[in-house]
Order: sequence, then structure tokens, then C-alpha cells
Amino acid sequence: MTPASPPAVDDAAVAVDRLLADIGRLPPPPPPEEGGEGRPWGEPERTPLVSNAVLGMLGFMGAETMLFAGLIAGFLVLRYAAVVWPPPFQPRLPIEVTGVNTVVLLLSSATMIRAVRAIRRGNQAGLVGGLGLTAVLGAAFLGVQGYEWARLVGFGLTVTSGSYGATFYTLIGAHGLHVVGALIWLGIVLVRAWRGRFSARAHTPVVVCAMYWSFVVFLWPVLYVLVYLT
Amino acid sequence: MSHPTAATATVHGAHHELGFVRTYIFSTDHKMIARQFLFLGLFMMVIGGILAMLIRWQLAWPETPVPGLGWLLTETEGIIPPETYNMLFTMHATLMIFFVIMPILAGSFGNFCIPLMIGARDMAFPRLNMISFWTGAVAGVLMLAGFFVKGGHAAAGWTSYAPLSAVPTYTGTDWGQNLWCISLIVLGASSMMGAINYITTVVNMRAPGMTLFRMPLVVWSLFITAILLLLALPVLTSAAALLLFDRTLGTHWFLPAGGGEPLLWQHLFWFFGHPEVYILILPAMGIASEILPVFARKPIFGYRAMVYSMLSICFLSWIVYGHHMFVSGMDPRVGIAFVLTTMVIAVPSAIKTFNWLGTLWGGSILFTTPMLNALAFVGMFVIGGLSGIFMASTPVDIFIQDTYFIVAHIHYVVFGGSIFGAFAAIYYWFPKMFGRMLNEPLGKLHFWTTFITYNVAFFPMHILGVGGMMRRIYNPTQYEFLQNLQWWNVLITWGAFALGLAQIFFVINFFWSLFAGRRAPMNPWNATTLEWSAPSPPPHLNWGDRIPTVYHGPYEYSVPGVPEDFSPQTRPLPAGAAAHH
Ligand code: HEM
Ligand SMILES: [Cu+2]
Repeated sequence: MTPASPPAVDDAAVAVDRLLADIGRLPPPPPPEEGGEGRPWGEPERTPLVSNAVLGMLGFMGAETMLFAGLIAGFLVLRYAAVVWPPPFQPRLPIEVTGVNTVVLLLSSATMIRAVRAIRRGNQAGLVGGLGLTAVLGAAFLGVQGYEWARLVGFGLTVTSGSYGATFYTLIGAHGLHVVGALIWLGIVLVRAWRGRFSARAHTPVVVCAMYWSFVVFLWPVLYVLVYLT
Repeated sequence: MSHPTAATATVHGAHHELGFVRTYIFSTDHKMIARQFLFLGLFMMVIGGILAMLIRWQLAWPETPVPGLGWLLTETEGIIPPETYNMLFTMHATLMIFFVIMPILAGSFGNFCIPLMIGARDMAFPRLNMISFWTGAVAGVLMLAGFFVKGGHAAAGWTSYAPLSAVPTYTGTDWGQNLWCISLIVLGASSMMGAINYITTVVNMRAPGMTLFRMPLVVWSLFITAILLLLALPVLTSAAALLLFDRTLGTHWFLPAGGGEPLLWQHLFWFFGHPEVYILILPAMGIASEILPVFARKPIFGYRAMVYSMLSICFLSWIVYGHHMFVSGMDPRVGIAFVLTTMVIAVPSAIKTFNWLGTLWGGSILFTTPMLNALAFVGMFVIGGLSGIFMASTPVDIFIQDTYFIVAHIHYVVFGGSIFGAFAAIYYWFPKMFGRMLNEPLGKLHFWTTFITYNVAFFPMHILGVGGMMRRIYNPTQYEFLQNLQWWNVLITWGAFALGLAQIFFVINFFWSLFAGRRAPMNPWNATTLEWSAPSPPPHLNWGDRIPTVYHGPYEYSVPGVPEDFSPQTRPLPAGAAAHH
């Protein structure tokens, strides 16, 4: 067997690769024992412009976008079919508190970016700190949301109270579930970061998690404007 | 995009033994997952087929006891009650579309063909691939569980229009419809994982020299199918979730009483539904494009036109769905827009058809079983496509919508197209998949009996439809104007029974060949694409320590200046030989 020779990559590709390093380039392929989801072991092919993990994440975000597009379309149909919105004799949504909460969530994406920047420089402590702060902000967002939900239910807004309640709880609930999922994922990455599993060269899991986190964060203002403000 | 490099690969860890469970059950090998999807689809086809036979019995001899069914339908002594009939046609379509055609074409052949034909050792995410299959299997179990719950399975049609589907008392089904929703949501997750995998694999894992325009058309078709799956299924997921909430949590998404909007269901469903029909047909188109050149010993006609027409289908699929709702109440101007887009989407299909004919033109055709099935695909797809054009024009559609004309259209595209495509693929790739040859005479017997009985069973439905027979009716003899057409129903039913029986030839051939068929050589059809350069069946990781390098496009048959009539993609064309592309 001939030893694997390094892939010949032309200069333009190297330049593009450097650019794309920002959204997560490929670490060296993991040995098969680890069962990592990288490219199959030891292939000599071209270096992809976008790593498998990042491309897969982009696909997942596309699917999630369509899921929420379906829900949002449903919401808009019902909302504009209604004669009066919000319907009379129903509790108003907590616009101010949720506005502050929106800022909290947006902040968490900033801390997430800081975490990614840190590990790109090989700064492990910065990574752990950034991820931890992100998780705290995310959890705070969820806590406030949960508290406000409980109050709304107390005021008599439930899923069965017409299209107002149904659309509110479905859309906001779907987003809330996504935050929970993203938070669990973030927790796992945080534990691995704590144990020093990532380095300046190999940190794709962090990047992919950060992408998903940003998706969930930036979805929120859209929902906030549509559901709370219009 | 690609940087061809020296194809020197060393494979570490390729030779360690995996246990039974890791090899056959929780396997991450794309070929084993392909086999699993194939068996899932074939198993579901048996169930869906039995349901179809019961539907046909009822339509030919309404409200007479089904022979041998007295033990199941005890209360009616074997007669199919109306609610049960609704369940039968609902679940027949649901199973065939979601658990037969999708697993076989997109699931099985997607998994089998993509890595092998682009020269990858496996999918980009092998473990995700395994999870995708098992999620799909769980969806299948959930779907089948619906038959055993109180109130029976979903009975609002495979389209599950609200409000019929949204209130349990309307159809009398309770957990049946709920399980229908849950199962499709789970299936959506499975399909998403598969789609992500296919897209990533095609984009990133091609062998050196395998440029996009050297990819076999079936890979193109599966790639585009994956894009549609990725973006269309989540919309069904959202719709199914809302329906489930209406049924279980008491929301009013689709119920006018609480401010809901029944038409919303139709919009969401068909926004998914039209891309879905192309999910069902595109892989079959790719399969035909693969098989026709091999057995005509000619290059495909218009390779780039084939790719571009599939890409335009991918785009247009999103803006035609309104043709399913012409009579649901829409602004005539919107209606006309949908008429026009629908007419336009027929153009790429027509381009493909002409290219298939151009491929056959002047070829020295070998009528093998895969070829016969691929030819049937082309012929039947033309009939189905033409009836589609009828319905695409509103004045005609207002007359024939919701009749057996639609049922005929569906079956010409989905059975005539997708299922013949699936059979073609099975006959063509079986040697590579299982390492043994199928029996040709038995295959031909299966093909001809299927082809003839299929047309007996489905062609007359056009006549019934134009004659006014509504789809989804329980007893056609109740309507005076249908009585003189009833003999067609009887004929169709005999055709359908014969069609069902003809599949026994396939089952025998499949299982007999699986264990006792002739050992398959590496390249039994003298084809050019990469999968035929791997052993039959290919080992784990597909190739030995070298992955193939690709030198030219996939359809170099009968190249002037080459002694053989096929030039594998791994073999450079001699200088001076005229490459086709
Ligand atoms: C040439 C392209 C095609 C055109 C112009 C076309 C047009 C149409 C139209 C206008 C309808 C609605 C009829 C009605 O409900 O009144 C329809 C229904 C349908 N088509 Fe097509 N079609 C085409 C190709 C296909 C293909 C390739 C497939 C699947 C593989 C397909 C599957 C279906 C199905 C399943 C329905 C019935 C849906 C239901 O249950 O209501 N069609 N088609
Ligand atoms: Cu359609």
C-alpha cells in the first residue's frame, strides 16, 4: 500500500478555505474507533469548501426554517382572518417584559460568538466562560418565558381559547422547545469544553452548536414581532 | 469545485469484524441500510396491496361478504362497513406513498446509489443514516399500530382534509388519526436526517474527478429529491402537528368555531403535497435515465438538459400546488396563475421524455427485465403526465376533479411511474446489492403479467371518471347514472386481483435468487458507472485500499475508437476517441 499523500489543493481553494475557517473548518478525520461523524477515515479527496458538519447543520437549519414557515403562515392566516385582534376579553400579551427578554436572548448570541472566537485562538478558559454565560442567559430567557406563560394561563388564556390562544401557545411553545433542545446541546458541549476536548484546530462541534444557537436566537425576534407586536 | 488528486488511499480499520447486531441491525453501512429500507418498503407494499384488494372487492361487489374475512369483520359477517371502507382507502394511499415508494426509491436506492456511484466509501454521516432508518421504522410501527386501536385507523383520506380529520366524531376514528399524525411527524424526522446526509454526501464526498456534471443522472435525481424532502416534509410536520393539537389539546387551527380556517390545512398540505409527488417520481426518472443508456448501448440523449429540467422541477414544484385546490374556492386570477405554472412544470417532464426517446432512437436495445420495466416507466409516465395536463386546466378539472379520472392519473404516475421505476431499479441493482443474479425468465414473466394486468386495472378508471364516478365512494351501484358503468368496476377488480397475484412471481424470484441465484459478476450489464467497479456485493467501505478516479462522464457507450462498447468512468478514454461530454 502506498502511504497517503497530502491532497494537492490549489491556491484559490486555500484562500476560500481560510475565509470559510470562520464558519468551521474540518478537523483532521477522526479515527473510526471514535465513531466520529467526520468524513470517512483517511480519504485523499479534495478539501471541501464547507465541512460536512457545517453543511449538515445548514441543511438542518433549512428544514427548521420550513417548519416555522408553516407555523407562521398558519398564524398569519388566522390572525388576518380575525375581525378584531387581539380578540376582546382576552388577556394582553406581556410586551415589555418579553421585550427585555428578547434583549437577553440576543445577548446570548454575542456571548456565543465570543466563545467561538476564544477557542479559535485556543483559549480554553474563554470558551468555557463564553459557553457558560450563554447557557445562563438562555436559561434566564426560558425562565422568564415560563413565568409569563404561567401568568397568562392564570389570566385565562389557554390553548382552547380560540385562535388567539392556540396560535400563541403553538408558536411560542415551539420556539421554547427549540431553546430547551439547544440548551441541552449547549450543556453537552460545555461539559466537553470543560474537559478540554476542543482546541484551536479541532472545535467543529462548538461551531455547529453555535450555529444552531444563533438560529434559535434570531428566530425569536421574528416571532416576537409577529406574535406580540402586530 | 473539485481538485483531482492522486487516488492513493489507505483505509484504516476496514477489516475489523463487527458483531451480528452491528452488521445487520444497527448497521452504519449505507448498503445494509439500503437493504433495510428495501425490506421495509416491500413489507409495507404487501399490506398496502391487501388493503387495495379489499377496496376493489367492495367496488365490484358492494356490500357482499369478502370471502375469508368473516373472522375479522364478525359483526357484519364479512361485509366491509362504510367506516372501514374509508379507513381502507385512507391507509392504502398513506402506506403506499409514505412507507412504500419513499422508503424504496429515496430510502433504499438513495442509500445504495449515492455513495457507490460518486465513489465515496459511505455516507457523510453514517451514524445519522442508521438513526434515520430506525426512526423511519418506528414511524412505520406507529402507523401500523393505528389499525389496532379503538375506532380504527385514520379514515379522512390520505389528504386528511380538515375539518373532517380534525374532529374525532366526524369520522369515528380517535387514536387512529392521532397516530397517523404522530407517525408522519416521526417520518419527517427520519426523512430530514436522510436528506441532510444525501446532500452533504453529494456535495462533499465525490471521488477525485467526479465533477457535478460527471455524476450519473440517478445521483442528480436523488440529490434534488433530497432538497425537496428537506424543505417540503417540515411543512407537513407543522400541519400534522397542528392537526394533532386540534384533535387532542382542543386548539382551533382548522375549526371555524374557534376562529380556525379549514382551508389552511389544504394550503399547508398541498404546499408539501406537490413537491411530494416529485419526491415520488424524480428518483424513478433518474433510474430510467440510468437504465435506458445501458441497454440501448448508447449515451444518454441530452445529459445537461436532463439535469436542468430536474432543477427546474425542483424550483417549480413550490409554485404549482394550487392546482389541487381549484374547486376549494380561490380567486380566479390566482387559479389562472396556478393553471399556467402547472402547464409550465409539465415542460421539463416533456423534455425528459423526449430525451429518453432520443436515447432509445437507433440503439441496439437489449430487452432485459430492468430495461422492460424502465420502458414501461416511460410509457406509463407519459399517460399519467398527459392526464395531468387535462386536470391542470380549470374548466376541465371542475368536471373531472374528485372522480376516478384523478385516481387513474395518480396510478399512472405513481404505479406506472414510481413502482415500475422501483422494479426496474431492483432488477438492475439486485446483483450489486445482494451479489446474486435474479432469474431472467421469471422476471420477464413478472413484468409482462404486471404490465398487462396493471393496465386492465387502471386504464378503465379514466372512463369511469369521465363517466362521473366520484372517488372515495362506498357503493357505486347506489347511483343510477353509474349503474351501466358497473361492469367496468368488475373488470378493474379482476385486473387488480390478477395484478396482485402477479407479484407472487416477484416474491418467488426475489427470495429464491437471494439464496440460490447465480453469483453475480462484478459488472453483469457492462455498465460504466462506478458501482460496477466494486465487488458484488461491495464490502464495507466499498472499495479496497483505493477509491476510483473518474475520467469522464457516466454514459460513454459505443465510443468510436474504443474496442468495447462501454467505457467505465474509471478508465480514461484513449486520445482521439470522441468523448460525448
Ligand atoms: C406532467 C405533470 C403533472 C401535472 C400537469 C399534474 C397535474 C395534476 C393536477 C392538476 C392534479 C389535481 C387534480 C384534482 O384534484 O382535481 C393532480 C393530482 C395528483 N397528482 Fe399530478 N400532475 C403531474 C404529475 C404528477 C406526478 C409525477 C405525480 C406523482 C408521482 C402526480 C401525483 C398526483 C397525485 C397523487 C394527485 C392526487 C392528489 C389527491 O389525492 O387529490 N402527478 N395532478
Ligand atoms: Cu400537484
